[in-house]
Amino acid sequence: MTKVWVPGLLLIILVLLAALPLRSTEYTVVLVATILMFIILTVSWVIFSGSTGYLSLAPAAFFGVGIYTSAVLGMDLPLPVVVCIGGLASSCLALVVGAVTLRLRGIYFAIFTFGLVELIKNFVLWWEIQRTGTRGRFVVLVDNSTIYYVMLAILVVTLLTAYFIRRSRYGLALQSIGEDEHAAAHAGINVTALKIATFAISAIFMGAAGAIYAMQLTYIDPFISFNLNYSFLPVLMAIFGGMGQLYGPILGAAVFAYLREVLITEFPYHYMLILGIVLLIAILFLPNGLVGLIQRARRRAFGGQHANT
Amino acid sequence: MPILEGEGVTKHFGGLAAVSNVDFNVDQGEVVGLIGPNGAGKTTLFNLISGALVPNEGAIRFNGQNITGATPHKICKMGVARTFQSVRVFPNMPAFENVLLGSLFGCSTGMSSAAAAREATDLLEFVGLSAVRGTPAKDLTLGNQKRVEVARALATKPELLLLDELMAGLNATEVAEAMELVTRIREEGTTIFMIEHVMKAIMSVCDRIMVLHHGEKIAEGTPEEIAASKTVIEVYLGE
Repeated sequence: MTKVWVPGLLLIILVLLAALPLRSTEYTVVLVATILMFIILTVSWVIFSGSTGYLSLAPAAFFGVGIYTSAVLGMDLPLPVVVCIGGLASSCLALVVGAVTLRLRGIYFAIFTFGLVELIKNFVLWWEIQRTGTRGRFVVLVDNSTIYYVMLAILVVTLLTAYFIRRSRYGLALQSIGEDEHAAAHAGINVTALKIATFAISAIFMGAAGAIYAMQLTYIDPFISFNLNYSFLPVLMAIFGGMGQLYGPILGAAVFAYLREVLITEFPYHYMLILGIVLLIAILFLPNGLVGLIQRARRRAFGGQHANT
Repeated sequence: MPILEGEGVTKHFGGLAAVSNVDFNVDQGEVVGLIGPNGAGKTTLFNLISGALVPNEGAIRFNGQNITGATPHKICKMGVARTFQSVRVFPNMPAFENVLLGSLFGCSTGMSSAAAAREATDLLEFVGLSAVRGTPAKDLTLGNQKRVEVARALATKPELLLLDELMAGLNATEVAEAMELVTRIREEGTTIFMIEHVMKAIMSVCDRIMVLHHGEKIAEGTPEEIAASKTVIEVYLGE
C-alpha cells in the first residue's frame, strides 16, 4: 500500500525527462544525456556484478564495442539498427568472454576483465595501423535531442530489465550465487549458464549506450572508445549510490555524473581531486551509499519502528 | 533395489588417495550411516556423489543412471540433495527465501512461483522454523541454520538426501531434535545417507553403517555389528 505512489512518480519523472529537450538549452540536453548514459552503464553493471559479487571491469570493453559499431556502420545503416547491432555485438563478446572466464573467481575475474579492455583497445589499434592504415574514425553526426531520446529509450529498457530480473526467480538465484555459489549449484541452479546469460544481457545495454554516445563524439579512436574510466566510473557510481535497492545505483550514477560535470566546468584543474575526496568521504561515512543515508534518515523520521532485527 | 551404487570410486588429491576404490550401495528407503576418523574421506565421497568433485576412477549410479562426473545442479535435479559439513546457508536471505530457492530450482518438474512458495512454507513448518521465516539466515542459531539447510535440500524433492554431519556442534537437546527430524524425513519416504560423529545418533537411526579409514572402506554392517567390530574399534581407539 505504501508503494502505490511509486509508479506514478516514475511516470512523472519520465514525462519530465521526455519533455526536457523541448524547453531547454542544448547544453542541458547534452548534460542530461550524459547522465542518462552513466545511469545505463551503472544499472547494467549492477544487474550482473551487484548481485553475483563478480567484480567486472569490462564495461569499457562493451561500451567501446558499441562505439566502434557506430563508427563502422553508422554511415550506412539507420540509427535504431546501428544501436541494436551495437548492443548485440557487445552481448556476443560478453557471451564468449563469460564462457571462457566465469570460472574464475574473485580477483582473477576482475583482473581478466580489466585486461580485456586493454586487449581489445590494442587489437583495434593494431588492426587500424596494419590493415586499414588509419587511426580513428569519424562518426555520423546526429542532433543532440535524437541522441537524448535514444538514450532515454535505452535507459527505460535497461531499468525495466533490471527490475524484472530482480523480481524474478533468477534475481534470487543471482543473489544466491553472490552469497554462496557452491550451495547454489547444489540447490539445483545451473550457475554457469545463469552467470553467462546475465553477463551477456547486461552487456547489451552498455553496447547500445556506446553506439548512441559515439554519435555525440564525431571522432573516435581506440583510446577514446576503450577508456578504462568507463569501467571504473560505473563501479564507483554503484558503490556511491548503494546496491541494496534498485534506486541506489540510479541515484548514485545521477548524482555522481552531475557532480563530475559541474566540477569539470567549475574547477577544471582540481576536479579529480575534489571528486576523489567526495568518494573517500562517501566510502568512509556511507558504507551503504546514498541508499544507506536515506534509510537512516527515514528510520530517524519514523522513530525506529523498523528496528525489528 | 539400490537407489545409489558406487563401484571402485577413487579420488586422488595429488599423491593422496582421499577415496580409494570404494564400493557402496544404498537401498531405497534405507538410512545408511557413514563414519570414520577425521580425514577418512567421508566428505570427499559425498562431494563425488553430489557432483562437487569428479572421481578419477570408478562409477556412481543413481536409480541405475550413471551420474559420474555430472554437474551438481543436474544431480540435484535428478533427486540427490545434500547439506554441508560447515553450514552453507545464504546468509543475507531470510530463511524462507533459502528454502524457496530449493523449490524454485531444484525440482526436476519445475514449479510455479506460487506452488514453490507454498512448498517452502510447508517445509519450514516441517522443520519447525515457521516462527523465524523472515529472519536472515545468518542471524539464526547454528541448529536453526542446519534446519534451513535441511529444508532447502528437501525443497528440491530428493529421493536421496545426503546429510553431512547434521549434528556436529549441536547441544544435547538439538541433537535429539535433529534425530527426530531425520526419522520424520525417512517416514516421508526419503532415503538417507548420513555422515555423523555423534555415535548415539548414528547407532539409533541407521539401518546400516559403512566405515571409511584412509579412504578405504574397512567395514560395513548393522549398528550392532559395527559396534562389535574389532577393526572399527582399533581404528577409533588405536590398537
